[in-house]
Amino acid sequence: MEWDALRLSLLLALATSVLLLPLGAAAARALAWSSFRGKWLLEATLALPLVLPPTVLGYYLLVAMGSASPLGAFYERAFGHTLAFSFEGLVVASIIFNIPFALIPMQRAFESIPLEVHQAASTCGISPLKAFFRIELPLAWPGVVSGMIMTAAHTVGEFGVVLMVGGSIPGETKTIAISIYDRVQAFDMQAAGMMSGMLLALSLLALGFTMRLGQRALR
Amino acid sequence: MLELTLKQQSPIPLEAEFRCQRGELLALVGPSGSGKSTILKTIAGLIRGPRGSVRVDGEVWLDTETGVELPAHRRNVGFVFQSYALFPHMSVLQNVMAACDEPDAAVREARARKWIDAVRMKGLEEARPARLSGGQQQRAALARALVREPKLLLLDEPFSAVDQITRERLYEELAELRRRLSIPVVFVTHSLSEAQMLADRMVVLHHGRTLQSGTPEEIFSRPCSAEIARLVAHKNLAWATVIAHTERHTEIDWNGLRLLAALRPDLAVGTRIAWLIPALDVRMVDEKLDSYSGRENVHVAQVDAMVPLGGQATVRLRMPNGECLSATAMAHTLRKRAIEVGRTVDVSLLSASIHLMPERSAED
Repeated sequence: MEWDALRLSLLLALATSVLLLPLGAAAARALAWSSFRGKWLLEATLALPLVLPPTVLGYYLLVAMGSASPLGAFYERAFGHTLAFSFEGLVVASIIFNIPFALIPMQRAFESIPLEVHQAASTCGISPLKAFFRIELPLAWPGVVSGMIMTAAHTVGEFGVVLMVGGSIPGETKTIAISIYDRVQAFDMQAAGMMSGMLLALSLLALGFTMRLGQRALR
Repeated sequence: MLELTLKQQSPIPLEAEFRCQRGELLALVGPSGSGKSTILKTIAGLIRGPRGSVRVDGEVWLDTETGVELPAHRRNVGFVFQSYALFPHMSVLQNVMAACDEPDAAVREARARKWIDAVRMKGLEEARPARLSGGQQQRAALARALVREPKLLLLDEPFSAVDQITRERLYEELAELRRRLSIPVVFVTHSLSEAQMLADRMVVLHHGRTLQSGTPEEIFSRPCSAEIARLVAHKNLAWATVIAHTERHTEIDWNGLRLLAALRPDLAVGTRIAWLIPALDVRMVDEKLDSYSGRENVHVAQVDAMVPLGGQATVRLRMPNGECLSATAMAHTLRKRAIEVGRTVDVSLLSASIHLMPERSAED
């Protein structure tokens, strides 16, 4: 059991979901009640990580973060090391590949608030910001939480993107999913089995909790 | 006072103009798709797009000429939605308090409780909307709309989602409540009887256009056009030709039957016109029982059908020219006079009750 890898995975999951919560909720609300030209294209772009092979996404992220790219060069000048193959780079990649996992359940939750309830907030004199925190967020909460759980669970299990962007640097970018692969290659089936079992239990727990939350919201 | 002028080409065409005084209950009436709800939501600032202006007590809420467009939450309006739209995660008290912008929580609660009492919801303060009946939700929505002491109250089809018995009780409550409100109240309905019963004035809308505004009495007995007569579901609407004007009457030819109507010199001899007579003014007369005075346009008609409805009955009369008219009479009068299907009866149509309208847009 590589505790370091588990700790890193959990830290990455936490960072990703905490950072995606405000971004995702704000974007989900904006998308839920707006209609504009090209909305379908924006939604399709944001959902791309669902269908794109992780290695493809990882490849583009690696290119974007490398020192040859303006972003990578800027980061290297500012912080003294490359964004690729660092924990910060993993967080950025993780946020991008988790966008649909956070956004879709959140957006559906905001969309399920009846338009008239949304309008009633304004005719009650409640400002849009106050309405977001007092009316909309409490009503969309199950969807927001399930978006966060899905993000966290997905981050813990992600392999392809992490390997492409982070490599496998112990303590820095070697997550539990990569550890399992490593252990299997080293014929250490016992350690691989333990870690796999743990990920299985964690995923089941996350999904079960999300489903239960969904059922309660329906009541 | 509410003053409104709105114009729009799409998505649905609008051309509306009306006013509503303080303390007045104005009904916007029209079939679905006539733009009633769009107008109401534009007043509240929930829909953007129509050009024109909305002023309430002199305060400009919308003026597309000068670019003024107050956001919805800054228009002091009370709005009751068709679905009531209570906040489902809040109790009745919390719902009402949410609409009160008083900074002091104790004052806010006291004011909310006052309005909850006023709409007869005492005892249900802690209930969530899902536990309330349609009528109770409507009352809670009304309390929420009134707690902020709005300058204008807007009701969107407020009685459409409740059963008949609740609806009638709510009619009475609204009639009573409005006597205490000194603000303009505008409500949208597709029910003419509702408008006739509750409203001081009504505005008839069709395809987004205001066709006529006036008291329910005026609109029902003196519609400006056949289109309005049809919208207010007039039973006795027909077409005729003007044949002469005398000193007191305009004479018309209704498919071979000559009728005297109230004088309308503006309708030239020879023009096609639409005419109507309220069913209550189609009188079945009996020479033995009624005096001859005041009889006009007397013709012999045959009783084709009778539909009793409560203490009244609607009688379909076939006139000598083969056309039909509907008459409404008290059931006991019909019994007393032995008026039955198949019998003939003298029918008098008072000239003052025959209302003539230009035919233009009548047969469109």
